Amino acid sequence: MARVVVDVMPKPEILDPQGQAVARALPRLGFDGISDVRQGKHFELEVADDVDDETLAKIAVGLLSNPVIEDFVVRRVGQE
Amino acid sequence: MKVGVITFPGTLDDVDAQRAVRYADAEAVALWHGDTDLRGVDAVIVPGGFSYGDYLRCGAIARFAPVMQPVVDAARKGMPVLGICNGFQILCEAGLLPGALTRNSSLHFVCRDQWLRVENTETPWTTRYEEGAEIMVPLKSGEGGYRAQKSTVDELEGEGRVVFRYAGGNPNGSVNDIAGVCSANGRVVGLMPHPEHAIDALTGPTDHGLAMFKSLVESVVAA
Repeated sequence: MARVVVDVMPKPEILDPQGQAVARALPRLGFDGISDVRQGKHFELEVADDVDDETLAKIAVGLLSNPVIEDFVVRRVGQE
Repeated sequence: MKVGVITFPGTLDDVDAQRAVRYADAEAVALWHGDTDLRGVDAVIVPGGFSYGDYLRCGAIARFAPVMQPVVDAARKGMPVLGICNGFQILCEAGLLPGALTRNSSLHFVCRDQWLRVENTETPWTTRYEEGAEIMVPLKSGEGGYRAQKSTVDELEGEGRVVFRYAGGNPNGSVNDIAGVCSANGRVVGLMPHPEHAIDALTGPTDHGLAMFKSLVESVVAA
């Protein structure tokens, strides 16, 4: 088994009101110097060894992300 | 004339959609998310709610429900399909309509009676409206912000495929005030506001939504 991480983020041109709300909250909490926040999703998959990169990409583009509004990155992060 | 109304786990507005179909003198046929055929219906409504709890993304799980494959196949052959609110989100996820619905720019759930302008009266769901007519129907959604690539928006605008536009203020940050769009062949329409809640002044703010369902019946009978 291997662990695969898929990070899904709103495309740069897509407005991210949730990230903006977090960014606006930070100065109120006394944290200065953070100019922008973008919020996405992080998936951790436990994957059998015979699952290839092409299959992982299909999973990422077909279910985990919506390619109209989101980009994704697939990473193998190690053996379990 | 039979109109199917799909119920997914988490659908809320199937009963009102069925009632709207009956108000338009058609037969409402309940379709279940696990159905693999459409029971001979002439059109399908994908109603609002929170299918599969809106897990992952709104509509992302529902698009893989067994009933969606025959809906997609029939829609591509020209069967009229209407997606309302969560139904609109599902049709976008299923690729029947372009674009996507995202969190309202205000981050607040919006629940109010909303004015819309009808901009395309050629679809089977809008023939009874006059072009430019303003109608008031309820809007109730947290993820109603319509987004698409600029090229897609330009295409929709150029081809007259923006069917409904918010009037009197943009409630959710949708690009170009878009409230509803249609497919390239005009047969599939999706919108965030809820015409099925506005079919009788006794139970809704107006009866302005009823013309959508009457339009469908007229279009199918005429075809």
